[in-house]
Amino acid sequence: MRPAHGYPDRRDDVRLLVIDPAAPEGAGLRETRTPALPVLLAPGDLLVVNDAATLPASLRGTDEAGRPVEARLLAARGGWRVEAGSPPPTRFVAVLFGAGDWHTRTEDRPPPPELAEGARLRFGALAATVGRQATLSPRLVELRFDDDGDALWAALYKEGRPVQYAHLAHDLPLWAVQTVYATRPWAFEMPSAGRPLSWEILLALRRRGVRWASLTHAAGLSATGDPAIDAALPLPEAFEIPPATARAVAETRAHDGRVVAVGTTVVRALEGAAQQHGGAIRAGRGETDLRITPAFRPRVVDGILSGAHAAHESHFQLLAAFAGSDLLAAAAAHAERAGFLTHELGDSMLVLPGALAPAHRKATSVG
Amino acid sequence: MDHENAAIGGRFLQGQNALVTGGSQGLGRALGGALAAAGARVVLVARHFDPLAAAVAEIRAGGGQAHAVVADLADKDAAAAIAGQAAALVGPIDLLINNASTLGPVPLRLLLDTDCEDLERALAVNLVGAFRLTKALAGPMVLRGAGTIVNVSSDAATEAYERWGAYAASKAALEQLGRVWAAELAGTGVRLFTVDPGEMDTKMHADAIPDADRAELSDPGRVAERIVELLAGSDTASGARVAIRVGPAQASAAQAVTR
Repeated sequence: MRPAHGYPDRRDDVRLLVIDPAAPEGAGLRETRTPALPVLLAPGDLLVVNDAATLPASLRGTDEAGRPVEARLLAARGGWRVEAGSPPPTRFVAVLFGAGDWHTRTEDRPPPPELAEGARLRFGALAATVGRQATLSPRLVELRFDDDGDALWAALYKEGRPVQYAHLAHDLPLWAVQTVYATRPWAFEMPSAGRPLSWEILLALRRRGVRWASLTHAAGLSATGDPAIDAALPLPEAFEIPPATARAVAETRAHDGRVVAVGTTVVRALEGAAQQHGGAIRAGRGETDLRITPAFRPRVVDGILSGAHAAHESHFQLLAAFAGSDLLAAAAAHAERAGFLTHELGDSMLVLPGALAPAHRKATSVG
Repeated sequence: MDHENAAIGGRFLQGQNALVTGGSQGLGRALGGALAAAGARVVLVARHFDPLAAAVAEIRAGGGQAHAVVADLADKDAAAAIAGQAAALVGPIDLLINNASTLGPVPLRLLLDTDCEDLERALAVNLVGAFRLTKALAGPMVLRGAGTIVNVSSDAATEAYERWGAYAASKAALEQLGRVWAAELAGTGVRLFTVDPGEMDTKMHADAIPDADRAELSDPGRVAERIVELLAGSDTASGARVAIRVGPAQASAAQAVTR
């Protein structure tokens, strides 16, 4: 499998590999395309999306000695309580890089200059002070911006670019890394599982009797090229579950509907929240350090729409929480053979019990 | 400027977030004040920082909540940046007012003398800019099942005024786009209105018709209050075109008395 090098002609028409862990043996895989999504879900199901908009999280600038530094923001400190009247954050966690830009793979980028706590960085109109360094890596630091409020956010959107990818032919403008429902700018990289969802598809789902609900999850960076940091990803991420979503999840489960997460960020938010509240989904804000491993048994989420990933990628391995290893091995082999495209702009996978064999709605066992 | 909204029963927009383009002068600035007076947190968008900052300061001085976002709607990257900054500063937007527009070069010219680039610029700001921002903000509204969009048009969209061709074509297209938006948004909880504010005593009007008798023109503050009244009500169907004619200051005073 290889990464998609650019945008598909239509965002909502890419290949979709459907993986049904409840189907009889040998009948658990089918390849289709994303416009078929509405008929793969059933009335009473609930699709949960991450409405986080993608920030221009990559800032290029210099230190006081004029040495080049790129900062990629990956988490906000102090949280987002804007609706409650609190100002948006001014402190962020960032990974620092040295010279060069996104054309070079992160693992090949030179390290940033050595910067002590209190060092000053300038990114065009934005000035920041380097705060505490993580024990994990000296490149993982807190950044405190001088400005706040309107001035900070104006400068951030003026100077920042979305995080870019070395496997792409062109750089991505800000509008190209947003889902169609992108709302609050909490995401440091695009929650890309939702990229193929168009309003054509979402409204067709609703006409079919499938409900949608949203939450906001502050998706961090997917990779940094620093082995110590990458081994620790994802770092704890903030989320907010609105009351309407908590209600929709409870009602869906009470009526034997399936909860389908769009992307791992939604799985982390829902399962992280469930873990904190004895399996129930409560509305509110939180932070989760939950890692979805093959051994993880979801309590709330029945299925997941995900970008296509190769078998060795961690994103693919977490699908093992939703489907057995033999079926996933067959799925990976199919995707490989069929030339599925991976990464942010690639093809999709849906793991959902009953998607192909509606008589078997709930997976009785996985693993 | 008078920001009282006694007629509509006070702060019905408390807790709501409104975004107004072209918010640094004229009707947009008046709308910012009227929406803030009705309780909304307001994000004003305009191309130039200083007049925008003055408009924001005016609202804050009156006890309202306001924020500034500098952007040129003709810039393809602007919509995502405006939407992101606005949501960072106040949260999801409940009310979008597409008010910004450009006349093109003044004095206005006959179509025979209008440069193609000037027509393109009018379409880029008045039509495509509004479309992009609507796309960026209507999606989140549909997701949440609620929201209102107001497109500010002009009687130039329906009357054939000589020398107003580029502006008129952009507004006519904006109105038709609005009708289709409203049709497609039916059932989603998101409303769209087109408002024709009539001839107002604004810089834009003075640019277009420098020798107009200002006593004959409407006060944008009064027009803004009428638009806020429209938002407060639920009796106007989505997709409607609402012509607001408050008339000269003397006449509107009389109207207020006889109400």
